[in-house]
Amino acid sequence: MKVTIDQDRCVASGQCVVAAAEVFDQRDEDGIVVLLNPDPPAEQAADVRHAAVVCPALAIQIED
Amino acid sequence: MTSTLNPASEHPAEIPEYPMTRAAGCPFDPPPTLRAKQQEGPLTKVRLWDGSTPWLVTRYAEQRALLADPRVSSDITRPGYPSSAPVTGSSKVSFILMDDPEHARLRRMVTAPFAVKRVAAMRPAIQKIVDELIDDMLAGPKPVDLVEAFALPVPSLVICELLGVPYADHDFFQDNSKTVIKRDTTPEQRSAALGQLAGYLNDLMGEKLADPGDDMLSQLAERIKSGELSRQDAAQMGVLLLIAGHETTANMIALGTLALLENPDQLALLRDTDDERLVASAVEELLRYLNITHNGRRRAALEDIEIAGQLIRAGDGLIMANDIGNRDPEAFPDPDRLDIQRDARRHVAFGFGVHQCLGQTLARLELQIVYSTLYRRIPTLRPAADLEQIPFKHDGSVYGVYELPVTW
Repeated sequence: MKVTIDQDRCVASGQCVVAAAEVFDQRDEDGIVVLLNPDPPAEQAADVRHAAVVCPALAIQIED
Repeated sequence: MTSTLNPASEHPAEIPEYPMTRAAGCPFDPPPTLRAKQQEGPLTKVRLWDGSTPWLVTRYAEQRALLADPRVSSDITRPGYPSSAPVTGSSKVSFILMDDPEHARLRRMVTAPFAVKRVAAMRPAIQKIVDELIDDMLAGPKPVDLVEAFALPVPSLVICELLGVPYADHDFFQDNSKTVIKRDTTPEQRSAALGQLAGYLNDLMGEKLADPGDDMLSQLAERIKSGELSRQDAAQMGVLLLIAGHETTANMIALGTLALLENPDQLALLRDTDDERLVASAVEELLRYLNITHNGRRRAALEDIEIAGQLIRAGDGLIMANDIGNRDPEAFPDPDRLDIQRDARRHVAFGFGVHQCLGQTLARLELQIVYSTLYRRIPTLRPAADLEQIPFKHDGSVYGVYELPVTW
């Protein structure tokens, strides 16, 4: 799994952090998404997929 | 692009009025006409107060797709925008009714305090507020109105602390907020209430400019000093944060409690669990099931958009009725059942797209703390009135109860 994010589209909803805190974080200054791990292990895959589904700005892309 | 005829537009008399009325005896369910429209198709037409006939989008998938589509506008001054009341000078309450890039520029000024870790750090302070209000309730007379004694004070105290607004002024801002969000408020009354709130926030902004503290209004005051934000825009943002920060969560606390009391098996599951995940799951399910923002998410199409076999024309109005979207059986099986163990996290109660609720993380935390504390500390909590006697906010743009008499 390869994860990419688009910080310009992000609206800082924080839902990705709630879904997969090992993979996503937020910038201190404005809550915009930070990618901690672009290549998460298989056991986190379901959470990362869920993060992409609930992201309101469609700012998370996943390639298998 | 293929154009599909919309049968409804050929028979204007059959276009139902929106918003619609809930069925008597079913205070937790969306209006039956909304369900009928959903079964009819993903996009149908409705008639608004001004005679305009925007699209009503009733299904979860199309609602999400359109709310995330950059070809739809939230700008209330756009032609075709399906406004819920006449548009006046004070209609444009901050960035919720603007488009990017200005929307994003302004929104990003207030996102930092709502980041997940920042909000999580507020847990002990919110727990203390909740515990103390329950202490007061238990020490006081019963029956008591849960709205007045608990549901309104919890989020009001929290948002006051976060913004740096004196809680002593709560009667003033709660009353004016109530006027702003009532459906039957006249444009003049709404304008006056918003003016009162804007004046109040403008005065507060003056105090924060002179004597800044460690709160959100002081951070906005810094933006005024640096020239990023006008004082008027800062005050408008303050109004938005103050209204949105207490009205919505208050209604979820009171209406959610009533829904749980009416579903004792679900209440028992929630009361008896030590599992934080089940508490979080219950919050998502109650958000989905109750969907208190029952006026729809409103937009105007900027370009022609083809969706679900239908052609939306540039300039058409769109109403994404998220209350019925969250009851779409395609997205949530057996949608009219309250089931706190289901995975409801994909709901659209906070909207979707770039305008999705700014304060959702704070709202979730407040509700998690309230729902995991109130019923545990008052296990015999019960309504002190019949369901038929409880006044529901049918006339509010945010649904809920005006009063909830409870005893124990």
